[in-house]
Amino acid sequence: MREFAYARPGHAEEAVRLVAAGDAAYLAGGTNLVDLMKLGVARPGLLVDITALGLDFIAAAPGDGLRVGAGTRNSDLAASPLVRLRYPVLAQAILAGASGQLRNVATVGGNLLQRTRCSYFQDVSKPCNKRSPGSGCPARTGEHHNLAILGASEHCIATHPSDMAVALSALDAVVRVREPDGERDIPLADFYLLPGDRPDRETALHPAALITAIDVPPLPFARRSAYRKVRERASYAFAVGSLAAAIDVADGVVRDVRLSFGALAPVPWRARLAEEALRGQPASPEAFRDAAARELAAARPLRDNAYKINLITAATEQVLCDLSGVTP
Amino acid sequence: MSEASTSSTVVLCVNGTRHRLRLDHRTTVLDALREHLDLTGTKKGCDHGQCGACTVLLDGRRVNGCLVLAITTDGKQITTIEGLGTSGDLHPMQQVFVAQDALQCGYCTPGQVCSAVAMLQEVQQGWPSAVTADVADEAIKLDGTEIRERMSGNLCRCGAYANIVAAITEAAR
Repeated sequence: MREFAYARPGHAEEAVRLVAAGDAAYLAGGTNLVDLMKLGVARPGLLVDITALGLDFIAAAPGDGLRVGAGTRNSDLAASPLVRLRYPVLAQAILAGASGQLRNVATVGGNLLQRTRCSYFQDVSKPCNKRSPGSGCPARTGEHHNLAILGASEHCIATHPSDMAVALSALDAVVRVREPDGERDIPLADFYLLPGDRPDRETALHPAALITAIDVPPLPFARRSAYRKVRERASYAFAVGSLAAAIDVADGVVRDVRLSFGALAPVPWRARLAEEALRGQPASPEAFRDAAARELAAARPLRDNAYKINLITAATEQVLCDLSGVTP
Repeated sequence: MSEASTSSTVVLCVNGTRHRLRLDHRTTVLDALREHLDLTGTKKGCDHGQCGACTVLLDGRRVNGCLVLAITTDGKQITTIEGLGTSGDLHPMQQVFVAQDALQCGYCTPGQVCSAVAMLQEVQQGWPSAVTADVADEAIKLDGTEIRERMSGNLCRCGAYANIVAAITEAAR
């Protein structure tokens, strides 16, 4: 690991100033960053510890919404009675990720910015366009059974690893950030960038941007919502496919629905085509399956990951049936 | 503290004792315990947060010592396996691990015990898990499925899992 200096400022402005000077990174829980530093993937010359900035809070927002400080520990957010009651999909998504030890340390801001677990990205002896632009992507012909089928490019097929972000995407969360020239709010839908020919650029953030909070707007029907994660062992593994769903059914008809897929794309994949297909339709297993199929028509699987199409179609049908009380 | 320096003086409070140490910023809690304080009960397994052998309690919560930089724990309370029990005075969780034969080689055991102690406190506080049927429920029924899920951050390469679950079940009674 490269040697580094350390600072723990007490004000957000000071933290942003330090990182904006270059060769620096924010340190919150460090569960991903410290690991990447050990691997040589991240090599900051200065760590700016942001745990003294007062960013650890969960507050009710007007209209039954929620504001979550970026420094809130994942375990605290999942344990929050407000989250468990209003947004069970969010509590479930957080609890589906990592382990008890990691959730006690990892923060929600860091969760949004965690890096892909693509094995080529994490191995500095291998080419990777995301880590080392222009060096190539061995994953396309190599080990890619768990990589993207949606939204990828010829330059990068990495998936975003977060479970929490998939739930936040379904809930239309907004990310509040402080940048050198001021504060702004970025809807999660605009927060992540598809790789295209610049897979090294992952978000719409300024390089020195500090996430300060996440706003979750009110969504009354999210009281019936769920996160389903499919993985290669029962627990403590990244998803091979996942989905966040909330549905509002009245008299057997879908009034409204939110659906987001995880582990299928370089970003949390909001399934807007599927949502559109379902609104106003009878809630039925066929309709749920067809809606998933419509979203997945854009999938471009590679040699070893086409299984994800059937996997996520079946999981979507199951979860939506379960939430709407329809027999599969 | 100078921003340009790559080491700092840190006060680590471990098992109730304060230690003033000059540490390279790269030093993790795990390495500080083992290499600087001779507290070798905490084990290094994967060193990447994947195995749980380095689990210690930080201000009462279980964490992976290998991923927490020591510099960030200045003034916080660290509890290791040495702080939970001694060979003459075992912690109740250590006693049930012995009674249920919940180990073979024992390398993962300090991490398992620290993790289990903190996990039971999480259950007492009503924290749900990924297998809790309704996350809004305030009372957790700690059955074998719940214990397996909540302990999934601690691997045991000998495969003593069945007896680890039995031990924790007994401790929870």
